[in-house]
Amino acid sequence: MRVALFVTCFNDTLFPETGRATVELLERLGIGVDFPLEQTCCGQMHFNTGYQREAIPLVRRFVEVFEDYDAVVAPSGSCVGMVRELYPMAADLANDKHLAARVEELTPRVFELSEFLVKKLGVTDVGAYYPHRVTYHPTCHSLRMLKVGDAPVKLLRAVRGIDFVELPEARECCGFGGTFAVKNADTSIAMLGDKLRHVLDTEAEICTAGDNSCLMHMGGGLKRQRAGVRTVHLAEILATTEEKITP
Amino acid sequence: MTIEAPDAFSGGKTPNFEETARESLADSQLRRNLGKATQTIRRKRAVAVEEMPDWEQLREAGRALKSRTLRHLDEYLLRLEESVTRAGGQVHWARDGEEANRIIAGIAKSHDAGEVVKVKSIATDETKLNEHLEREGIEAVETDLAELIIQLAGETSSHILVPAIHKNRSEIRELFMRKLGVEDLSDDPPDLANAARLYLREKFLKAKVGISGANFAVADTGTVCVVESEGNGRMCTTLPPVLVTLMGIEKIIPTWRDYEVFMQLLPRSSTAERMNPYTTFWTGVSEGDGPQEFHLVLLDNGRTEVLADEIGRQTLNCIRCSACLNVCPVYERTGGHAYNSVYPGPIGAILTPQLVGIGKPGSDSLPYASSLCGACYEVCPVKINIPEVLIHLRGKVVRHKQDEGGLKGRLDPENVAMQAMAKTFSNPRLYEGAQRAARIGQWPLARSGAIHRLPGRLAGWTDARDLKPIPEQTFREWWRSRNGSGEDT
Repeated sequence: MRVALFVTCFNDTLFPETGRATVELLERLGIGVDFPLEQTCCGQMHFNTGYQREAIPLVRRFVEVFEDYDAVVAPSGSCVGMVRELYPMAADLANDKHLAARVEELTPRVFELSEFLVKKLGVTDVGAYYPHRVTYHPTCHSLRMLKVGDAPVKLLRAVRGIDFVELPEARECCGFGGTFAVKNADTSIAMLGDKLRHVLDTEAEICTAGDNSCLMHMGGGLKRQRAGVRTVHLAEILATTEEKITP
Repeated sequence: MTIEAPDAFSGGKTPNFEETARESLADSQLRRNLGKATQTIRRKRAVAVEEMPDWEQLREAGRALKSRTLRHLDEYLLRLEESVTRAGGQVHWARDGEEANRIIAGIAKSHDAGEVVKVKSIATDETKLNEHLEREGIEAVETDLAELIIQLAGETSSHILVPAIHKNRSEIRELFMRKLGVEDLSDDPPDLANAARLYLREKFLKAKVGISGANFAVADTGTVCVVESEGNGRMCTTLPPVLVTLMGIEKIIPTWRDYEVFMQLLPRSSTAERMNPYTTFWTGVSEGDGPQEFHLVLLDNGRTEVLADEIGRQTLNCIRCSACLNVCPVYERTGGHAYNSVYPGPIGAILTPQLVGIGKPGSDSLPYASSLCGACYEVCPVKINIPEVLIHLRGKVVRHKQDEGGLKGRLDPENVAMQAMAKTFSNPRLYEGAQRAARIGQWPLARSGAIHRLPGRLAGWTDARDLKPIPEQTFREWWRSRNGSGEDT
């Protein structure tokens, strides 16, 4: 199986540790990963903000870069959501039947990390060790667009040493929403306030999720409050072992 | 008693969602009232839906029935006109709100009605019927308890189903004591309802004309239906000798059988009930029973434009249950007034801009009033993919600005930034250059491992959130160094 990592532009630039963890985790499970350097951005920010004509070249690029792989894995529910759920709409907008066909052919092979592990590889115990109290926020796109279900929780529960605690009102949006966080900053922050209250109620020291975008929003709020709770991407927890402890 | 509400349907400029949301977010009483109400109904709905083993099939049936009806709307509308006329009713066609208001005022005047009683109807809010009637010297009395509350308070509805959801019972008690002249009133819901009942009973018995909206109308038989909880709708549609119904053209269903699906979907989704207390059906007029004159006014007011949009047309599936409002994290916090429309919440964010047309700053902001969390789509009983339509409308808003906004539209800072980023992302070399430039460019902003303040519109982020600075090494730099070469793989 030829597997490509789609790291996402956001992780590439701001959260390289998540990309590194994804590679290390997959290699530990015996999956060789390729990282095609021609990849850039899936176009989600442009498309969801309304700059859809501008997103079309990025859709084409993604298809060209990844269509020869057997599987494409990304540590981001929302970017995979863009590819799987909205690329068909982008191809329609481009009025390009050939592109639409290539999108249809490729997208079933694009996976979010937790669904790739649990649903595609059938693994729940990845051999991780993480001696911390952790709560998990299911991000909206992995929950309602990709329907990853309890895959991330299964993975977390199998981690040795972890003190996993359920997040109250977990299904509710954290308020990030891409450019929504800036365009409607007041509403976004009001939603964040309630989400953080629930996080703090768990008394966890770490809040994890499958999307660094939501985590950057939540983590930024926690840091501003000096709450003493940090955010860590799921991939980094799963990549940690007794031999290799990442902070 | 009616007020001129400056909303998307009253013409003129309305404020952006961001501006009005900021005000309502600061209203702690509103936050408390609305948070409590939406959370309660959300939990109840989940219970009412979970006990249905075939809920998903029902949703699919509802969606399929609605989309088929919309595909052949022209045929079904003519069939409805024929059935209603055959049953002794009169059908009127209204291109827009103004025409509808003129028709309805004309009917009321022809019966010398100085006062009309109304069943809760958002279609009449959309056309601003009450204000129109007032200008014509006719007083419209709202008889739904919540509609009465906001009419007495001189406010507008903030929820599709529960118009006074933003008010709590002690606020309502004070209002009734002030406006209805009731002394010695408790804030017990039955006491409040009784006070309204005493006031309204007299109105029902005196009224010559009743005005209603419609939940459904059957093309085959001409039977119109109003679904309600309080019985005021039954009074309005049976007591006055003349009944006028204003109905959006999308409310039509082909046959009686189709009620089987919608009567299961609607009450559970809206009030979390297995069955609603009052469902009134009427077919034209019957001698010696109920109104002796029935008028059905069919309203377009932008609906055919919505129908012409392949992605947007699913919006017309809506049966106004308001489940999407009750689960929406944005609505729960901003309340309905922030949307500046008679249609608030997620459904309003897609319906309003389509009905009034793209290119109006106020309603153009509505598709952005969402984090795209998808909770609305999950509960919608007719499977309107609201996030998809929101994204589609955002595209239309931006393309309209770019193509018709002239130089100002193209020089808009957001447009300029998005164009530049799109160009950067389209080329890996430019993209890597931008990564390096950003790392260097951030140094004046980063202080002790965090960015606390960003300039311009981006300050919206740092007002309440720190930002992580860009790290020393990008992922791709790590990948290259690990694989021991600077070359592409």
